[in-house]
Amino acid sequence: MEKALSKPSDLSFFQRFRRIFTPIAIVYLVLLFGQQAGLEPGRIIREIIDNPVIIIQQVITGLANAAIITIIAMGYTMVYGIVENINFAHSSVFMHGTFVALLTMSIFAQGATVVPLWVALFAFIPAMLYCGLLNGLVERYVYRSLRKSARIVALIAGLGTDFMLQNIGLKIGDLGLIPNIDRTATGVKFLRILGLQSASPKSFPAVQEFFAGPGVPINLLELIDKNATLRITAADVMVIATALIAVFTLNWFVRNTRSGKAMRAVAQNPAAAAMMGIDVDRIINLTYIIGGALAGAAAVMFGVYNGTTSSQIGSTTGLNSFTAAVLGGVGNLQGAALGAIFIGLLSSISDQFISSRWTTAWVFLTLVLVMIFKPTGLLGSEGGEKA
Amino acid sequence: MSILELNNVHTFYGNIHALKGITINVNEGEIVTLIGSNGAGKTTTLRTIQGLLKPREGSIKLKGEEISKIPAHEVVKRGVSQSPEGRLTFPRMTVKENLEMGAFQRSDKEGIAADMEKVFGLFPRLKERISQRAGTMSGGEQQMLAMGRALMANPKVLLLDEPSMGLAPILVDLIFDIIRELHRQKTTILLVEQNARLALGVADRGYVLETGEIVLKGDAKDLLTSPEVKAAYLGERGH
Ligand SMILES: Nc1ncnc2c1ncn2[C@@H]1O[C@H](COP(=O)(O)OP(=O)(O)O)[C@@H](O)[C@H]1O
Ligand SMILES: [Mg+2]
Repeated sequence: MEKALSKPSDLSFFQRFRRIFTPIAIVYLVLLFGQQAGLEPGRIIREIIDNPVIIIQQVITGLANAAIITIIAMGYTMVYGIVENINFAHSSVFMHGTFVALLTMSIFAQGATVVPLWVALFAFIPAMLYCGLLNGLVERYVYRSLRKSARIVALIAGLGTDFMLQNIGLKIGDLGLIPNIDRTATGVKFLRILGLQSASPKSFPAVQEFFAGPGVPINLLELIDKNATLRITAADVMVIATALIAVFTLNWFVRNTRSGKAMRAVAQNPAAAAMMGIDVDRIINLTYIIGGALAGAAAVMFGVYNGTTSSQIGSTTGLNSFTAAVLGGVGNLQGAALGAIFIGLLSSISDQFISSRWTTAWVFLTLVLVMIFKPTGLLGSEGGEKA
Repeated sequence: MSILELNNVHTFYGNIHALKGITINVNEGEIVTLIGSNGAGKTTTLRTIQGLLKPREGSIKLKGEEISKIPAHEVVKRGVSQSPEGRLTFPRMTVKENLEMGAFQRSDKEGIAADMEKVFGLFPRLKERISQRAGTMSGGEQQMLAMGRALMANPKVLLLDEPSMGLAPILVDLIFDIIRELHRQKTTILLVEQNARLALGVADRGYVLETGEIVLKGDAKDLLTSPEVKAAYLGERGH
């Protein structure tokens, strides 16, 4: 596991030159081409000076996004930590979770565009159960028999599963109708909830407690100061609180429970774990189930926060989360949160000051740069505590 | 009374026939050693006993019960634990957590606590390092930890795979003193070693393994003086 890093003194002149020159070249290229993508430092600085509140506002939005990204990234990182496999089906499991959340909330909404908060909270249960089960099944029937094969085999199988789940997601998008349990009407009526087209974005019902009026989110800061210019919504608070709860619960779980300790043991040395009497297959499956359940929780948070989903939602959100996991040091839980905060802030700042069309490109650039310059991530896979 | 019996055990790695029908028995309270050169199949034997590898043929009995077909995590519960080759401690867990992992299959809190005290009695060094992460410890300390961890399972048979490997002579002596102490406490041990002289020095009986077959067996002191063993395993180290 330990990699022997060459010490600076071992570097030849050329290597040293390259080490200094490459970052300069990258910064130069980013500034040069970044301009096309809206990276205009002069304008951005002026905008910030003109209205400094905006940047704080974007930090809040960024942290809320980071909360969702963290939860998904933890699913990637836990699985990687324990079997060194990048579960490419994870983003589709998350996407399925958004559909389960949407269906649950819509069934309770019965055609209304607004639901009470408890409905959103209730949606966590089916979404987490479904995603946990789905990810567990993917482990059992896709990955398990490939565990001893070359790593690329599992990766390709994961990609195939991802495509399959995406297409099933597309099919779920066709499930336009759910029964309407209207007691006053005679017979069962049907409600159209998922739109007419399978691929089109679907809208979540809004959470009543989060809105002052149609489309007007309650600003919690206005409760303190009527003229508050900054805005913190209940949805912001909900996603950040949920993420904190998830992070702390998971940390507590892996440190203090019997299964959690077994997970750490398998992550650190599967052969020794088996010798301790740990059922390694069961623990690996459990890790996927927990990772999946987290994706389910993230799916509810995503739906409530963004109010929309589609069968393609997994790819962007998956990219963000995967990048966060890699950035933090894949296999490292704290790293995932750290990476998620970076990606969340990068996205919200880019959306506001650069151009939302280019946000994904910036995230990709980050991924590529991390892969090139620090493949072990910020905290490295050896630095902190793995799963 | 025989506590562990291997009868005509054949183990394969794919097509590689690693164990070619070995028969070994270990009596209660005995130290039995399995010696042989690198690649003979010693580690394979221990992994097969623990259920980590499934024999294609033959039987393994613990106290008369067949254990060759049950999953590895059940074998520990039945009373077989091991200190593996290369120690395989959990590097990012503390000494205490490593020891607790050794008792993973147990639920008797008092028994576990008592055994931990016993382990600390055998290895005071581990007590000093109780909250240190295993990965930061020296090879000798990790060997002690691996042995302590195996003892935490309160095994009926303790398997030790090359406990002296890579250790300085003074630490090797210390480890073998512990093995003698365990013997006095009536722990049943199957000891795998490349260092035949040391192993036969502490053992009651021994088996010599060569390319997956038992070629010689007998009382340890007879093996120590046997010409074949002298030539093949004690030769260049002889006085
Ligand atoms: N995982 C494995 N896959 C294939 N062959 C193996 C594996 N492990 C060990 N072997 C082979 O089995 C034989 C016995 O190995 P081993 O039990 O490790 O020997 P020892 O412990 O006596 O040094 C050797 O020929 C070795 O190459
Ligand atoms: Mg060996």
